[in-house]
Amino acid sequence: MNVTILKFPGTNCDRDVAAALERVPGVRREIVWHTQFKRSSTDLLVLPGGFSYSDRLRAGAIAARSPVMDVVRDLIDDGGLVLGICNGFQILVEAGILPGALLPNLSTRFICRWVCLRVENSRTPFTNLFSEGQLISMPIAHNEGRYVSGGSLRELRSKRRIIFTYVGADGKRGEDANPNGSDGAVAGISNDDYNVLGLMPHPERASDPLLSPYGTEHGHTLFLSIANYVRGRA
Amino acid sequence: MFNLTPDEVRYARERLGREPTLIEWAMMNALWSEHCSYKSSRHLLKTLPTSGYRVVLGPGYDAGIVDVGEGWVVSVHIESHNHPSAIDPYGGAATGVGGVVRDILTVGTKPIAILNSLRFGDIMKSGHSRWLLKNVVKGISDYGNSIGIPTVAGEVEFDECFERNCLVDVACVGVAHKNSLLIPSAREVGSHILLVGNATGRDGIGGANLASKTLDSSSESERGAVQIPDPYMEKIIIDAIEELVEKGLLLAIKDLGAGGLATAIPELVHKSKMGAILDLSAVHLREGDMSSLEVLISESQERMLLVVSSENLEEVRSILEKYEVPNSLIGKVTPDGRIKVLWRGELIADAPVDVLVEAPPSQKESRRPQRRPDSFTLPRVSNLEDAFVSLLSSPNVCSKRWVYEQYDQEVGARTVVRPGEADAAVMKLPNGKYLALKIDGDPKKCHVDPYMGAMNLLSESLRNLTCVGAEMTAIVDHLQFGDPNDPEVYWSFEEVVKGIRDYCVAAEIPIVGGKVSFYNSDSTTGKAIKPTPVICAVGLISDHRYITRSSFRKVGSPVVAVGITSDEVGGSEYLERVHGITGGAVPKVDVREDVRLSQSVLQAIYSGAVVSAHDCSRGGLGVALAEMCMTNGIGVKVDLSKLPTTGDHRADLRLFSEGRSRVLMEVDKSKLKDCERILRGAGVPYAIIGVTGGRRLEINLKQRELIDLSVSELREFYRDALSLYMG
Repeated sequence: MNVTILKFPGTNCDRDVAAALERVPGVRREIVWHTQFKRSSTDLLVLPGGFSYSDRLRAGAIAARSPVMDVVRDLIDDGGLVLGICNGFQILVEAGILPGALLPNLSTRFICRWVCLRVENSRTPFTNLFSEGQLISMPIAHNEGRYVSGGSLRELRSKRRIIFTYVGADGKRGEDANPNGSDGAVAGISNDDYNVLGLMPHPERASDPLLSPYGTEHGHTLFLSIANYVRGRA
Repeated sequence: MFNLTPDEVRYARERLGREPTLIEWAMMNALWSEHCSYKSSRHLLKTLPTSGYRVVLGPGYDAGIVDVGEGWVVSVHIESHNHPSAIDPYGGAATGVGGVVRDILTVGTKPIAILNSLRFGDIMKSGHSRWLLKNVVKGISDYGNSIGIPTVAGEVEFDECFERNCLVDVACVGVAHKNSLLIPSAREVGSHILLVGNATGRDGIGGANLASKTLDSSSESERGAVQIPDPYMEKIIIDAIEELVEKGLLLAIKDLGAGGLATAIPELVHKSKMGAILDLSAVHLREGDMSSLEVLISESQERMLLVVSSENLEEVRSILEKYEVPNSLIGKVTPDGRIKVLWRGELIADAPVDVLVEAPPSQKESRRPQRRPDSFTLPRVSNLEDAFVSLLSSPNVCSKRWVYEQYDQEVGARTVVRPGEADAAVMKLPNGKYLALKIDGDPKKCHVDPYMGAMNLLSESLRNLTCVGAEMTAIVDHLQFGDPNDPEVYWSFEEVVKGIRDYCVAAEIPIVGGKVSFYNSDSTTGKAIKPTPVICAVGLISDHRYITRSSFRKVGSPVVAVGITSDEVGGSEYLERVHGITGGAVPKVDVREDVRLSQSVLQAIYSGAVVSAHDCSRGGLGVALAEMCMTNGIGVKVDLSKLPTTGDHRADLRLFSEGRSRVLMEVDKSKLKDCERILRGAGVPYAIIGVTGGRRLEINLKQRELIDLSVSELREFYRDALSLYMG
């Protein structure tokens, strides 16, 4: 699998994603500066976390309007896989590739915390090695992660485009389990064709069991799922 | 506009043999400030032990460096931004982070962790202190998070003496392969000096001097001396320098900190005995109408100097352009040992580097304060459980989750142990080892007895690293005091330095860097802060199996108290919070005993017998036990009559004394014998005081029940207390 990790000025998690992918067998990965990205034989494009362009205006707003996004749109139209993590998710939403908006957390503060997620749809290129309803852990670290659907929640649900939700350790949704106050406790969504996933939690930080407070590696499972899908498609 | 004393003015004229020019005065004014020159402290700092087999670079540079094996090195540095933060908490704290991160870049290392140590007035009483805390944390969070460096450990303390002079200490740690190390000193004649980063503006003019005098009621008007933070610029500089260092294109890097170009250029060539020619009119400016003096002394943030050979210059500049980092070519390294400054073709300064850099030492008077001897009898407390709960929920003891959740603790994907999980943070290193990091201060004890207070502080640092399974490798210190011209303040400074020296010599701990910050006094009353040395400790763990956290993990494990409990409660949280007394006898420290205890606990950890371990410090044994119960919801039942003690002490003293080196260990039931053998063999006093299990914390003294609370009650008092205070 060939993976391109796109870097904007202010992107922070590019090397972390590269390190997490190093754990996946048969992956060639490359960090590419946004002005140097050209359409290539990439199987997966990652928009990693960070503060692209200092999050000026709104988180992800400037990167979403930079020329490279036209290339990204073409890639998506051709069925290419795109994974947006944290700021990457914000960029995809700002670019209109994914619906809704990501607003400041209800607490109005930055939140860094390991959270429990429920896998709502395991039949996607990104989640095929999880089981439906599985509870997994990953950390979040963001200022603006409160997902607001703008009325599209029902449609997202019916098309099974909600991929991850925030839940408590008991698997139930609730105010305490929803760290940022997202609509429908949404932590990650896909596009209609399931080839684009945006999520606020950081799978790359949940790939090495040693770095997890629970010894888990659910982020690794997500990357393995992608490799599994790409292998199956080839 | 200059702060030189009449003696210094005379000295300058004498050494130069003529009247210095305005620009020369400005350079000496900045370089001779207390902040840059250590003129009142360096003769004492010289007595500190700085060598060790792992030390690569000791004090005197922008960062200390230690060898962590397999060709890898770790750098560490600490800075404070106290006065700027007292005036503008958000900007002051943020630029404090920026500065110390750039120090780590100067030695060619990649910054991987930030720690902070924060001190404010009493937030229960003072809205001003709550405002400061909120904005300092936001400043650190916005800046550190944006530049992609995790904040992995810290401490927060509240004491009235910091009401109008808060302390904001930030430490940064970096890592690099030995081959890419750089020394911030320019040695190659003819190499180019590039100024990179932000355009130079009028912000932060006079910062070195702001840091070198006491804040007063007019300080509010010095808001202009606080710099403007720009984490985005810092981030693109970090990325660009990382690529430049990886490609081996740089000869040296230097940060522009206090004093701006006025200090950075002379310091860059001083140790190498080179000179430099600097063209101030080549500097890229934010405001076009700046004078040569303003350009020289501006402290605009996110600026660095790169020293580059002629052959690499073009490639370096093209990489800077890729990352959109502004830069200008402002000078050259010369062989003549002089600093020459040009402005629009005119020579406006030409003086020997050593004359500019070497400030005349400043002799300070020192006098032991005439304190009345403490004589008080501690009243008995009728309900120990109430006292315990008030300690557990007190701002100094309660969980700092409200603070650390605002920091990205994991960016970089190296953080193994996060805040709140253990006595120190643990990070993964590229050589397969693990780095333990901790920052501590203890002004309450240093106030009562600066010498013993400093010893207690180091003792705690050592135990914190021990409890996560790490061997102490090196420390950096940051020494914060009031006005050094006050003989009693200066005496406390001398005592603290002696305490640090004696401990580190005996325990063989090298000090690889540090800073001194004087003039920390209340801007209204003029009263000095309590002496506040802060220690950032770096330790090594050779195998991930040794990494030990501080929460009970199993049911039915014996709980072993290692070390002896005394009745010394001087400077303790119990004395101050419950009895309202500042004073008493500060616990004595026996360094040999400390080292023996530390080594035996490490041995026990290496043997695989230790399930969890926690140091007893603030709040004593009672608080330590409660902290061990909360994360995994596992209770414990202990009997304090079994505790090894120095005498037949009262129940409250057993519970809350902070004295002596003590560690609580949860031991694997099946390996208890091995563990006991190790402790006995080392001659370390210990006792099995209880067993884990249930969902309650029950502390008894023989038949007498002292504390009986459920784990969920403990959590209620401890975990969200700070967010309740903050509203």
